[in-house]
Amino acid sequence: MDKDVKKEVTKLQELTYELKVEHAMTREVITVTPQATMAEFREILRTHRISGTPVLEDGQLVGIVSIEDLIKALANGEIGAAVGEKMTLGVKTLYTDEPLVHAVGKFARFGCGRFPVVNRHKELVGIVTQGDIMRAVLRELEIDYREEEIHRYRASHIFEDIVADETALVFGYRVMGKDFSTAGEASSSLKTTLSRLGIAPPVIRRVAIATYEAEINIVLYTDGGEIVAEVRPEQIHIEAIDGGPGIPDIEQAMQPGFSTAPEWVREMGFGAGMGLNNIQACADVMKLESAVGVGTHLDIIIYLDEKGRA
Amino acid sequence: MKLREVLSIIDGKAISSNIDLDEEVQMGCGSDLMSDVLAFTHEGTLLMTGLTNPQVVRTAEMVGINVIVFVRGKLPPPETIALAKEKDIALLASKYTLFETCGRLYEAGLPSCGLFELSLRRWRQAFENKQRAPGG
Repeated sequence: MDKDVKKEVTKLQELTYELKVEHAMTREVITVTPQATMAEFREILRTHRISGTPVLEDGQLVGIVSIEDLIKALANGEIGAAVGEKMTLGVKTLYTDEPLVHAVGKFARFGCGRFPVVNRHKELVGIVTQGDIMRAVLRELEIDYREEEIHRYRASHIFEDIVADETALVFGYRVMGKDFSTAGEASSSLKTTLSRLGIAPPVIRRVAIATYEAEINIVLYTDGGEIVAEVRPEQIHIEAIDGGPGIPDIEQAMQPGFSTAPEWVREMGFGAGMGLNNIQACADVMKLESAVGVGTHLDIIIYLDEKGRA
Repeated sequence: MKLREVLSIIDGKAISSNIDLDEEVQMGCGSDLMSDVLAFTHEGTLLMTGLTNPQVVRTAEMVGINVIVFVRGKLPPPETIALAKEKDIALLASKYTLFETCGRLYEAGLPSCGLFELSLRRWRQAFENKQRAPGG
C-alpha cells in the first residue's frame, strides 16, 4: 500500500514536469483597464465569480488587481478610485511553454493567487490559478490510470464472476532457445498478468523467480520450449517444457553448485548450479522429469492460501 | 536509506534520468551472480553489481528490486538502460569496487538481506551435522 502511494506521488511529480502551463491555464481571460474604477472592478468580480484580473492597457499587461486591493480600497473609502492607482505593478508572469513545476514553485515563492500567462512575444494569452494546476494534473492522471484500472478491475474479479464447478486460467508463453536478449520476457509477461489478476505480491514474487530460473534454463541449454501457467483459485501450476537435449542425471543436476554451463553463461551471471535449488525453495511442489534426446518437463506448484488470493 | 544519501555515501552518479532521490531502499546486496540475487534478496533491496547486461534488470524486476548500482565505474549498454526505463528501475553508478561500495553503505547503516534457509541448510550440512558428508 505504502509503495502504491509513493508511486502515485512520483507520477504526480513526473506530470508537473511533463505538462506545460498552457495545458492548465484558462484561455478566456477577463481583464480590466487602468481607467476603470474599483466599483466597476467589483462588478466584474461579482459577475464572473473570480477574485482578480490582469490589467491591460492597449493590449499590454501593466498590472494585476485582486479582491484584496478591492477590500483595501473599500476600507479607505476609495471605491471610486481608478484601478490603475490601486493595482499591483511589476506583475510576475508565466510562459505558456514552462513546465507546471515552475508554476508550482512560483506560487509557493510569491504567495499570490494567480499568474497571467504570456507567450514568448509577451502577449497575454491566459491565466492560471493553483486550482487550474491541480485540475490539469488530475485530468492527466485519470487518463493514465483508467486503462490499467479497467484491466485490474475486470481481471481480479474473474474467479468470482465465472460460474463453473472448476475454473482454471491457462497462459502459454513460447521461449526461444539460445536467445539471451529475450530471456525473461515470458516470466515478465506472466508476472504482469498475475498482478492484474490481483494475486498477492509475495506469491507473485515466488512465481516470478521460479519461472525466470526455469526460463533461463530453457534459453541456456535447449533449442527452445514453452512455459504454461495454469491459475486456479487454490494454486498456480507452472510447467516449463523443452524439446531436449534432456538431463542425464537429475539427482546430480539437483546438487547445489552442480552446473554444466559454459563460460559465456557464467559471464552473464548465471550457470552457478543454483537455479533448480532456487526453484525448489520458491515452490510448494516441484517435479522434474527428463529423458535424454526427448526433453525436460518441470512442474512447479505454488499454493494460494486465503492471503494469496485477491 | 534514501537514494540521495546512497549517492552521497558512494560519491555516485545517477545513470537514469528522472530519478526520485527520495526513494528508499531497505537493505543491500552485492553480487555478480544473478542466481544469488534471485535466491538471497528481498523486495526493496539495493543491488550492487559489476554485471551490466539486460538480464540484471530482468532479475531485479523478478525479485522486486527497484534500484541497481553498477560498480567499478561501469556504464551499462543502451539496451540495459532502455529496459530499466521500461520497468521503472533506477540505475546508479559508483566508481568504487563492489566491496568498497557495499562497505561504505553498510558502514553508513544500510543492512544486509540477512540469512536464508537455503544457505543455512548447506551450512548445517557442512559444519554442524558431522554424520553427513558435505553437500550430501
